Amino acid sequence: MALIKTILVPLKRVVDANVRVRVKPDGSGMALEGVKMSINPFDEIALEEALRIRERGEAEEIVVASIGGQVCTQQLRGGLAMGADRAILVETGQDLEPLTVARTLLALVQREESQLVIMGKQAIDGDNNQTGQMLAALWGRPQATFASHLRFKGSAATAMREVDAGLEVIEVDLPAVVTTDLRLNEPRYTKLPDILKAKKKPLETVTLSDLDVEPETQFRVLGIEPPAQRPRGVRVSSVEELVQALREKELI
Amino acid sequence: MARVLIVAEHDGRTLNASTAKCVSCARTFETSAIDIAVLAGDGAAVAAQAAALAGVTGVIQVDHPANESALAAVAAPQISELAGGYTHVFGPSTTFGKDLMPRVAALLGVGQLSDIMSAEGAWRFRRPFYAGNAILTVEAPQDRPVVATVRTASYQAAEPMGDAPISERAVDAELPSHTRFVEIRSDSGGGRPDLQTASRVVSGGRGVGSKENFAIIYRLADALGAAVGASRAAVDSGFVGNDMQVGQTGKIIAPQLYIAVGISGAIQHLTGIKDAGVIVAINTDAEAPLFEVADIGLVADLFTAVPELTEALGS
Repeated sequence: MALIKTILVPLKRVVDANVRVRVKPDGSGMALEGVKMSINPFDEIALEEALRIRERGEAEEIVVASIGGQVCTQQLRGGLAMGADRAILVETGQDLEPLTVARTLLALVQREESQLVIMGKQAIDGDNNQTGQMLAALWGRPQATFASHLRFKGSAATAMREVDAGLEVIEVDLPAVVTTDLRLNEPRYTKLPDILKAKKKPLETVTLSDLDVEPETQFRVLGIEPPAQRPRGVRVSSVEELVQALREKELI
Repeated sequence: MARVLIVAEHDGRTLNASTAKCVSCARTFETSAIDIAVLAGDGAAVAAQAAALAGVTGVIQVDHPANESALAAVAAPQISELAGGYTHVFGPSTTFGKDLMPRVAALLGVGQLSDIMSAEGAWRFRRPFYAGNAILTVEAPQDRPVVATVRTASYQAAEPMGDAPISERAVDAELPSHTRFVEIRSDSGGGRPDLQTASRVVSGGRGVGSKENFAIIYRLADALGAAVGASRAAVDSGFVGNDMQVGQTGKIIAPQLYIAVGISGAIQHLTGIKDAGVIVAINTDAEAPLFEVADIGLVADLFTAVPELTEALGS
């Protein structure tokens, strides 16, 4: 029997990384109408890692989960096409704060009896970088955040973490939460037959109340504005002029 | 009034400048206490440095063998225990703080704010999201502690001119053994200034072409007494280590002078440098997006321009 029965991989639906999003002119939010949506890139890396673990025979099953509206089934189907076995949509129309997301994921972990959660270190919309750590805390289990390498031995995982000082290696006992950094792997492309096959894979819909999760909003949004723009600079045409410009600014 | 507890980041010997920046953030609103918690194997030296920061009212030194290496799973229960009596618990928005503070918040049963760039009073904060394409103003409730990370590029370090009392505290919390430190590998630096605190930084991108070619970046940096950084593309290509990456998922820095060589300027990179004093771009591609934010742009072949610049600075 494989070391890990079920790996849970949460997939967040976010604005595609190549889209340059802007604040709406009235400051009421981001201009997201008609914008391309994708799986959060860090979550895609998480799913790729889970697939590789299963391909090595170290896990039996991969469940992908998303929290949001019915539109999130697009990303879940994308995850199934990549190779996940089944999907769960936690359907809600509310925008949830990371703590509520972590509570929801904990409920899924317990429901699915998962021994490993692999997820992105941050979503590229909220840029919070919180949910994995919160889930690990609520679960009372280890966290290996910002992982760029992951291997299993016995009932423990060894993770290499990308930290400010370099690369840190830690060992964590399973069950555990791993959050992914960009260099963990390069996600595979899905092929057309896989997309067709994914349509037949199980996709279950549950609600927050099915999971006994009460959403909680703590932070009140008072405004959203575009960042301050840097004034337009100058072009110089030679190194000599560059040195002169730096001297004028008393930088050298 | 607000009482702020700041979690010290350190390597066992030296207090990281990120801690002094958290102090500066706390000093922008009214407080009755700004205390620093130092968790270490033997924290005496770090506690003394923390006690010297201007504005600090006290240092809590928690020595324990389990605190020899900074592990979030081990530190979080201790910090959440110390948090009683404080209205705010701050950590730096470095990999240390990002790893730890959400875990602290969840143990306290509260949400967390990431990357505070300014405070408008003790319960109102501004933070960037969408890779810095938007700034959010949020209000935190006053009936529970504000757990937050402070965006270090937004603050100057508090000066070492104070003399706060240091108290020692024993660990009461039960510490887990499910997470174990193995080792840390660091491959950069080479005696150069620290990338996160340096006043001058020279970064190389994909255009530099190879690990060997990065030598011209190091030579320019050394002529300027600058730290060396890199774009994600340069790190992904294996030119330099991950600890040199500047950008949304790397380091967010605010040097007085930033020289970007052979970096096109993806939005994710610009996020990491927008607080720099003067940005210089050197690139062969006149259409590179970095030129849009650069204060001084030079369209030139970097393999001739950079050595020429290095020589001009040396003379």
